[in-house]
Amino acid sequence: MTISTIKSRPIYPGLSPDLNARSNIIVCDKAGAAAVTELFSRADATFAKRSTVFIADALQETEAATARKDLAPATLEILPSLSAGIVRLREFLDNAPMGLRLYAAGTEPLIGSVVQAAADYGIDHLSIRTEHRGSLMRRVQCVHCKGFTENVTTNPVTCSHCGLTLFVRDHYSRRLAAFQGVCIDAENPGDVPPMEAIYQ
Amino acid sequence: MALIFKDETFRDDFTYKNSPATIRRFPFPFIEDQYRYSVNIEPHTPGPKGSVYEFTFDIDEHYVSEMRDRAMVLQEDPGRCQALPHMMTAQWDMLELVMVSLARDYPDLFTLHRDGAHWHWINKPLNIDQKFTFGEVNSLPYEPMEYVGRQIQGDFSLQDQRDGQLWMDAGIITSQADWSLDFDVGMNFFEWHAPVPLAHEAGVFERALKFLLNMQIGQPVRRLNWTMTINPRLDTSPENYPKWGKDRTTVTPENVGEKVHLRVELQGLFRLPRSNAILFSIRGYLMSLEQIVTVPKWGRRLPRVLKSLPPELIEYKGLARYRQTAIDWLEKYDDGAPTSPGGGPD
Amino acid sequence: MSGFPLRRVRVAEVEQVAARIKRFRFVDIDNAPLSQFSGGSHISVVMHSGDRLMRNPYSLMGSPTDTSSYQISVLHCGADSRGGSKFMHENVAVGSELEISQPLNLFPPVRLAKKHVLVAGGIGITPFMSMMNELDALRSDFELHYGVRSLEDGAYCKYLQSRYGSRVNVYRQDQGQMIPLDAILGEQRLGTHMYVCGPKPMIDWALQTAELQGWPQENLHSEQFSAPPPGKPFVVKLAKSGREIAVKGHQSILEALEEHGVDASFLCRGGACGQCETGVIACDGYIDHNDHFLSEAERVGGKKIMICMSRIQTGSITLDL
Repeated sequence: MTISTIKSRPIYPGLSPDLNARSNIIVCDKAGAAAVTELFSRADATFAKRSTVFIADALQETEAATARKDLAPATLEILPSLSAGIVRLREFLDNAPMGLRLYAAGTEPLIGSVVQAAADYGIDHLSIRTEHRGSLMRRVQCVHCKGFTENVTTNPVTCSHCGLTLFVRDHYSRRLAAFQGVCIDAENPGDVPPMEAIYQ
Repeated sequence: MALIFKDETFRDDFTYKNSPATIRRFPFPFIEDQYRYSVNIEPHTPGPKGSVYEFTFDIDEHYVSEMRDRAMVLQEDPGRCQALPHMMTAQWDMLELVMVSLARDYPDLFTLHRDGAHWHWINKPLNIDQKFTFGEVNSLPYEPMEYVGRQIQGDFSLQDQRDGQLWMDAGIITSQADWSLDFDVGMNFFEWHAPVPLAHEAGVFERALKFLLNMQIGQPVRRLNWTMTINPRLDTSPENYPKWGKDRTTVTPENVGEKVHLRVELQGLFRLPRSNAILFSIRGYLMSLEQIVTVPKWGRRLPRVLKSLPPELIEYKGLARYRQTAIDWLEKYDDGAPTSPGGGPD
Repeated sequence: MSGFPLRRVRVAEVEQVAARIKRFRFVDIDNAPLSQFSGGSHISVVMHSGDRLMRNPYSLMGSPTDTSSYQISVLHCGADSRGGSKFMHENVAVGSELEISQPLNLFPPVRLAKKHVLVAGGIGITPFMSMMNELDALRSDFELHYGVRSLEDGAYCKYLQSRYGSRVNVYRQDQGQMIPLDAILGEQRLGTHMYVCGPKPMIDWALQTAELQGWPQENLHSEQFSAPPPGKPFVVKLAKSGREIAVKGHQSILEALEEHGVDASFLCRGGACGQCETGVIACDGYIDHNDHFLSEAERVGGKKIMICMSRIQTGSITLDL
């Protein structure tokens, strides 16, 4: 769970099944797959049958086999990365009608990317059921060069585009699916505190 | 009084200064000697002649130079002006409100002829003469919000109203007190105020939102907000923080009066008729401490207020490095005499 | 701030548009232009009937960009009426002068929607008149499903069909036609929003049908103009002034306060806008929350009441006024 008093950061209340939806689209990573298994156990017998699960993560063959077993009888697709998973999700939503329910479970960048993509299809962020699992890593946008730094586990962090040392602010943009990174030593260049690994 | 527009800069050599008449009309935001957070919303009704409240939108001697600075910011970073696609009706609403107000309030400077959807806009100070079709984006050189935004002092944002929330889905923001439109666009009222300390817990934003959601057409409101800026720099955006952040370390007892500026925002809120959106205008006024103390009441009051700020606010407004230097300098102008209530000069 | 600024209008036209529905057209008393408005807006009309003062909300039906006049439709509610619609039908004619509020929109179309499905029952068609006007001008995708008792009872059926063609679907109860909502909702593209306006049972039915079809709450919208339901008389105690005000059976708390000259905040008077939210200090009865504003948790909490719509069944209530 991410506990936070940041007003701009979404709340991820945990997955609960919408038994009315005619189909369920679930995007998760390796850690989030466990939340999906639990979701299925809380729903009726046909819920999983109505579900399509995209695991957007690099899985070992044994992990993939376990996922297939745990998530049956849902339709399961394993995509090699988060970005591949989002491409697949968009393809799927291109032709989808109303009556589907979207779920996301995993790291905050995964949830954020799902919410961001869904917005293009007119899906309100509040109608997406979300659960945070796994690493606390963040996606950070450098407010100066606008570049995104992925999988950030420290604060401060070096911008992977312009090289400035960024303070990761507790301010989150749903549209960008990222936290804001602001130059930490703008007032006193070189005055940089040690990096702390606080988003492990 | 006919306005004489100054030729001045808000960057590099910083030649910006207020004339004596402009000093007198500065909207000094502190109505008592003690700092107290308040929402301080009041109806935006016409104020005294010559005051910044006289008209719907205030145009002053800095108009032409401010518009030149805005054009430079937009040239360097087009992301300072953004509108999500569903905001086009609100953009036209804003254009209409701005043009109608300016032409009515400053007939010597601006003219608007309307014949159905055929509009003819003349802006004399900026040498603009534009015929266009209201509602047709292609008849203007920019989208409507940017078009009028380049011709009016102050930053503007447009809020869509849906699901009992206000969503900042468009804006033209080039002279902001350290917040990023590019980052915040698309956020709701609570989200874009997330970095503000103390007020969330006090329930300030909940009450303010409820008030704004029920705002009516033709009943605009206003409030004042403030911060401090080193040098008369309009573009104190987070984007350019590496350029202006260093300024905060350059304040000395010798230059504090000249360098440190009080920055006051006259914020206006308007319900727009066709889009049901809310227009938020943020009209900034800058004045150096040197010029502030030319009004004895303000010279007495400002050091008293600066001493009473809560630490969270000092941090949030970025005053920590130079606040004490400013207080030490200002106290020379505080003879301890009582001050009259309200913000205006005696 | 209590209430709203009013403007005087003159009735320029009255037309019987259906069995019990009249259309009224208002112009400014000095022929000054009226405000433009957004689709789904309503105005409040102030009516002085004898010593009673009524303020009823009516949806604006004309073109949102027409500043020369406003149009509303009023259904004669008959015996159930508290008097507003009866007054409009029987006492208001061409040349009558009335006071109206500025337009207020509590039922706007969601501009982010990919498509809009509008579901109307009877007089519930009115907010959709301006909404369709706006959506059509914006070239937004929409369809209307309009249930009427008969063609004599349903207003504007022909007009709507001729103006919007196949986007308008009329269902006649007298011919056994029902709105096939399951089928309609079953084949909508992602990002569609549904809006429903009509009698309360119809709204409940439509919202429930959509929910059972797996439509998210966020895509569902409804508006219902209901008068404050009558009940037994009771007493309101005002904590700040120490006064006690009797609320009659046909009155709302707000109306009783106004009758006794107590200044209270209000806007929509239909339990939707939240402006009249008032703190409850004590209550020895059971509050009938008739508003659409307070959350379930707030109702259970018992600390707030919307005085334009809600009342108590018995006993007395102490308000933070």
